[in-house]
Amino acid sequence: MERWIERQRNIIDFTLSSLLRRKGKNVALVCVYTFVVFMLASVMFFVHSIKKEASIILKDAPEMVIQRMIAGRHEVIPLAYIDRIKDIRGVSSIKRRLWGYYYDPIIGANYTLVVPENSQPGPGNIIIGEGVSRTRLAFEGDALEFKSHEGKIINLEVKSIISSESELVSSDLVLISEDDFRRLFGGSRDYVTDLTLQVKNPRELSTIALKVAEILPDTRVILRDEILRTYDAVFNWRGGMMIVILLGALLAFIIFAWDKASGLSLEERKEIGILKAIGWETSDVILMKFWEGMVVSLSSFLAGSLLAYAHVFFTSSVLFEPALKGWAILYPRFRPIPFIDASQLAALFFLTVVPYTVATIIPSWRASTADPDSVMR
Amino acid sequence: MFVHASFKKEAGAKFIKEKTEIVQRLGLTDLCLFTEASYTRHLSQADLHTPFQDSPMSLEHFPSGSIAAPPPSLRKINGKMD
Repeated sequence: MERWIERQRNIIDFTLSSLLRRKGKNVALVCVYTFVVFMLASVMFFVHSIKKEASIILKDAPEMVIQRMIAGRHEVIPLAYIDRIKDIRGVSSIKRRLWGYYYDPIIGANYTLVVPENSQPGPGNIIIGEGVSRTRLAFEGDALEFKSHEGKIINLEVKSIISSESELVSSDLVLISEDDFRRLFGGSRDYVTDLTLQVKNPRELSTIALKVAEILPDTRVILRDEILRTYDAVFNWRGGMMIVILLGALLAFIIFAWDKASGLSLEERKEIGILKAIGWETSDVILMKFWEGMVVSLSSFLAGSLLAYAHVFFTSSVLFEPALKGWAILYPRFRPIPFIDASQLAALFFLTVVPYTVATIIPSWRASTADPDSVMR
Repeated sequence: MFVHASFKKEAGAKFIKEKTEIVQRLGLTDLCLFTEASYTRHLSQADLHTPFQDSPMSLEHFPSGSIAAPPPSLRKINGKMD
């Protein structure tokens, strides 16, 4: 055993000095390799954390949302609909939701205005999300101007700001009283934005949804399961930018592997020839090349993973920010919680380290089985 | 990395609770990831018409639409009619 360890140690020693002899080329290789791993790991960490957080946070979202549709568009729903569905067996409660979007022409941002069911802010007052406060430079006690549907200016005082730690759900929220909401958007008090429904037995959810759709054919029903599945699939690998990043990384890997598998440089072949001539066996040469591949790929993997971790969880994915921001003026600032596990890193390891290491061994095996004299010429 | 992650998860538990309470209290359905368009602000409430709401020939043009996939419930494939 001791002999075996000693042999490995000597070969690793030789491999490292051999890598250092071609310092420039290897450093460039490690840099590019690290960047590829970094991109893949960043996407993986970011997507997994958002998905995981969404699945925890949204498990308390409404069990069923009922929205009225007219000509393919979401319309306000009459409160009279409540009477038509409250008698369905298994329905435990129906709540109304009053919410809408407000485009702020001063800064060009969109807010989501919500009327809380309980503890409304009171007439003339609003509670705003951190994103609204930051973008509009509005703080506690300040008055914000809103333009009503009649063109009148309504001043609402900021009562408080929702904690910045909850920006992932509240960044663009403006909590407003029902009276102010109606003053701003008009409309009859007999209508609300949509309805939410709670059932006694969750197993009856789909049956109740079918009954609602039957009784109210102009509505659509969104179940909590569908909401959760939406966030599970939101950054699907097939979705636009994701496939661009993944294809880029995949292409880079194909080039790497092709470069390695297509053969060794003259210098490398010469080195193998000399080693064979001084008594190295084929297995020693393959072992050396295995360690060479491992040193390059493992160090790139570790560096790429660590950099990706820092990128996503310390800098809030600063490199992805321009893509995530899009044209939005109000951009939520949130730091994902690091929901990482060994299986993610294992998948990344098998995708990056293993193919590269294998690709370095094959041409070395071919060179080391050839006659040393012909390899050196 | 794993040690740091476990500390951060522990520290983040109270913020997750805070967010869950907001979702419960206000009956929210979505995360605030993209605010530029209604169908990407409330991803789960989007339908097949919303990205094309300006006019029938107006193709979906917000950048966030190219990042987020549409809700899976919209991509149901119906059985063959014959």
